[in-house]
Amino acid sequence: MSEESIKKFMFVNRKAPYGTIYALEALEVVLITAAFDQDVSLAFLDDGVYQLKKGQQTKGIETKNFSPTYRALEGYDIEKLYVEKESMEARGLLEEDLLVDVTVLSREEMGRLMEEQDVLLSF
Amino acid sequence: MKFGIVVNEGPYQHQASDSAYLFCKAAIEKGHEVWRVFFYHDGVNNASKLTEPPQDDRNIVNRWSRLAEEHGVDLVVCVAAALRRGVREENLAKGFRISGLGQLVEAGIEADRLVTFGD
Amino acid sequence: MLHIINKSPHSDNALESCLGVANSGDILLIEDAVYAATKGNAYEGKIREAVGKLKIYALLPDIEARGLAERVIDGVSTVGYDGFVDLAIANRNCQSWL
Repeated sequence: MSEESIKKFMFVNRKAPYGTIYALEALEVVLITAAFDQDVSLAFLDDGVYQLKKGQQTKGIETKNFSPTYRALEGYDIEKLYVEKESMEARGLLEEDLLVDVTVLSREEMGRLMEEQDVLLSF
Repeated sequence: MKFGIVVNEGPYQHQASDSAYLFCKAAIEKGHEVWRVFFYHDGVNNASKLTEPPQDDRNIVNRWSRLAEEHGVDLVVCVAAALRRGVREENLAKGFRISGLGQLVEAGIEADRLVTFGD
Repeated sequence: MLHIINKSPHSDNALESCLGVANSGDILLIEDAVYAATKGNAYEGKIREAVGKLKIYALLPDIEARGLAERVIDGVSTVGYDGFVDLAIANRNCQSWL
């Protein structure tokens, strides 16, 4: 694929897992995008940061626990995961509560990063 | 300009699919191209030919079909999301086709702008 | 860039979140988000404050549908679906705050 056809794709995740299907189906798109050799990044804002909480146990709600998939993203060369600092703090979460390594950004930095993208997808 | 559109909600339940349709119509009227509309999540229900709204209401599904017929808009329904929700080849309305998520990524790559409508 | 919001600020934090993140560009309020653009609502101050650094638009058909055409805050521009298309073209990318 030529340089020109590589676009910057950002997946903006603002919804919590399990309550609705959006987080899971967003992750399915992320995995497919990896096969297209695009420049992919994931942003977690608002309730989206809950997707990355360690220790999810879904047996009791009889739903598939898809959180290990975030750890597998590295294997698909998706390594740019950004978490908005203010959203994390507002939910009483620290970086060590998250199941993957992320880059923590302030709101303003997140805004600038969004502006640099070619395609933003939000579900 | 070439547009890609994503619809994440079903018809009648949420305004998203109406907004998406009216955006497409306006874009086409202005001489732009709507290259593909990708239906994801509950948006796949926009493709069901079993839909039967009351006589005095808009027919959302037929409206999409007409857009495909008259303006060559590619209406793609995500296969994984469709199977989960009981939308299959045999109940697809005219102009829709079922395909993979790659078609959404492709719309992001090919279109000049990708606009998402959802909840 | 173009930020598209479709939720009432009274029931969802999409607008507030967007205003925190957006440094510049355009915000378009559609569907239930148009309630934010009306005089006397609790978010009027936030909208007025944002008008300096961002350009705020609201979709007129959605405002009219909700019976609020007479109450649009000064400084918010109203557009039709054709204006929505123009905004999507004028900005190089767009984010729907779903």
